[in-house]
Amino acid sequence: MRWEEEGMKQNAFIMGNKLMGSNPHAFSLIMPSIPITHTQTPYVTGTSVLGIKYKDGVLIAADTAGSYGSTTRYKSVERLRPIGQNTLVGATGEMSDFQTILQILDRLIITNAMFDDDNTLGPPDIHSYLNRVMYNQRNKLDPFWNTLMLGGVKNGVKYLGNVTMLGLHYVDDHVATGFGIHLAQPIFRNEWNEDMTLEQGTKLLEKCMLVLFYRDRSAINKMQIANITEDGVKISEPYALQTKWDYEAFSNPTVGNEGSW
Amino acid sequence: MDAPHSMGTTIIGMEYAEGVILGADSRTTTGLYVANRASDKITQLTDNVYVCRSGSAADSQVVSDYVRYFLNQHTIQIGKAASVKTAATLVRELSYQNKSFLETGLIVAGWDTHEGGSVYGVPLGGTMLRLPFATGGSGCSYLYGFLDQAWQPNMSREDAEKLVVKAIALAIARDGASGGVVRTINVNAYGVERNFYAGDQLPLFYDELAPRPTLIHF
Repeated sequence: MRWEEEGMKQNAFIMGNKLMGSNPHAFSLIMPSIPITHTQTPYVTGTSVLGIKYKDGVLIAADTAGSYGSTTRYKSVERLRPIGQNTLVGATGEMSDFQTILQILDRLIITNAMFDDDNTLGPPDIHSYLNRVMYNQRNKLDPFWNTLMLGGVKNGVKYLGNVTMLGLHYVDDHVATGFGIHLAQPIFRNEWNEDMTLEQGTKLLEKCMLVLFYRDRSAINKMQIANITEDGVKISEPYALQTKWDYEAFSNPTVGNEGSW
Repeated sequence: MDAPHSMGTTIIGMEYAEGVILGADSRTTTGLYVANRASDKITQLTDNVYVCRSGSAADSQVVSDYVRYFLNQHTIQIGKAASVKTAATLVRELSYQNKSFLETGLIVAGWDTHEGGSVYGVPLGGTMLRLPFATGGSGCSYLYGFLDQAWQPNMSREDAEKLVVKAIALAIARDGASGGVVRTINVNAYGVERNFYAGDQLPLFYDELAPRPTLIHF
C-alpha cells in the first residue's frame, strides 16, 4: 500500500492534503528555490515514553505534559493512543506532527477495514508502516519531529518497539524515548525480567516515571499507564505519584557547608 | 532547544457553565510603535464560532478568511450550524500544513448543539487541543500562575467574564506588546454578545495609579 501522505504543494498556500493530489517535489511559488517543509523546529513537545513487556502483555507509560520551550504550557496532553484493537502508540516530540501521524494511521486502519476480510493490522504491521512513514519524510529532509513507541499483543505474541524521526526502528523487551533512554533504560536493564506480573511491571514503570519527574525538567507529576493484553488496550486515567522531599540533607543542605548549594 | 518567541497580544478563551467567553487586548505593534491602539482581535468565523488571533496580523487574518470561506460553504452544504470542532480542525489544518510560512497562534471558541461551549487552542506548529480555557500571545506568559490559581470549572457568566477581563488587564500591565482596551465576546445557546472595557476602566494593580486631572497650574 503506497503511503500517500503529501499535499499538492504547488500552491504556495496549502488547502489541506486531502483536497488535492500528491506532489513529491513540492516547491513554494513565492520562492521556488525553497522546498516546502513541515517541522524544522518543534514547538509543543512531549517528553519521555516508557515501555516494558510483562507476563500478560505490554505496559507503556507517559506523562501528560505539553511543553512550549521551557514552559509547561499544557498539562493534559494525551500522548498514548490506541490504534486498532491490538496496538498502542506513544509519542515524544512535536505534538502537531503526532496528531498528523494519528490521522495517517486512522486512514490506514479504515482502508484496511474496507477490505472487509477479517484481517486486522497488528503491532508489527503498524511498526513497519510507521517506519516507512518516518523514513520517507526524513528522506525529504522534512521529518515528523517525533520518536514513536509502539506496543501490543496479537495472537499471543507480545510486541514492543520504537521508531525515531530519522526512521531508525528496533524492537526489544523494554524501550524508552527521550530522557527515559538515559534515566529509565538502565533501571530496566537491572530490574526487568520476563515473568513480571501486572503489579510488578506497574511498580517498575512508576519507579522510573518518578525518577524522570525528579530529573527531567519537562516532566510533570501527572501520568498515564496503558496496559495492552490479548483482550485489548486500556489506558488509565491520569494520576500523580507520591514524591519524597523530606530528607534531612534536603531541609538542611548547607549545615556545616555555608554558601554551598 | 531555544524557547519559541512569543507574539504581541494577549488572548484568552474560556468555557463557563453555559458557553464560552473570548477576550483580547487591542494593541497592534510594528516594532516598538503602536500601529493600532484599538484593534479587534476577535474575529467571527460563523454565527456561533469566533477566533482570537495572535502573532502576525496578516497571517492570522488570512487563516481566518480562508476558514470563514470554507465554513460558509460547509454550513450551506450541511444545512445547519457548523460545530466548533469543525472550525477548529480547519484552522488546525491550515496552521499545520503551512507551518513553515505562518506565525500565528489562534484560539477557536464557540457554542454548538453537540458539545455546548468549547474552546480549542491552536498554537504555533498546528497542534490542536480542546481545553477548558486557553491563553495565547506574548502576554499569556504572565498569566500561567494567575489562572492556575484563579480558574474554577463551571463558573457563572459574570465570574468568567470578570476573570477574563482581570487576566488581560494583568497581562497588559506587564507585557509591552499588549495594551489598549479589553474586548470580550460571549457565545452561548442564546446568541452572541460583545463587550468593551475601555483602558481607563480596567482594574488597577500593584504600583499603578488612578488617573486624575492634572495638578499643573499656570
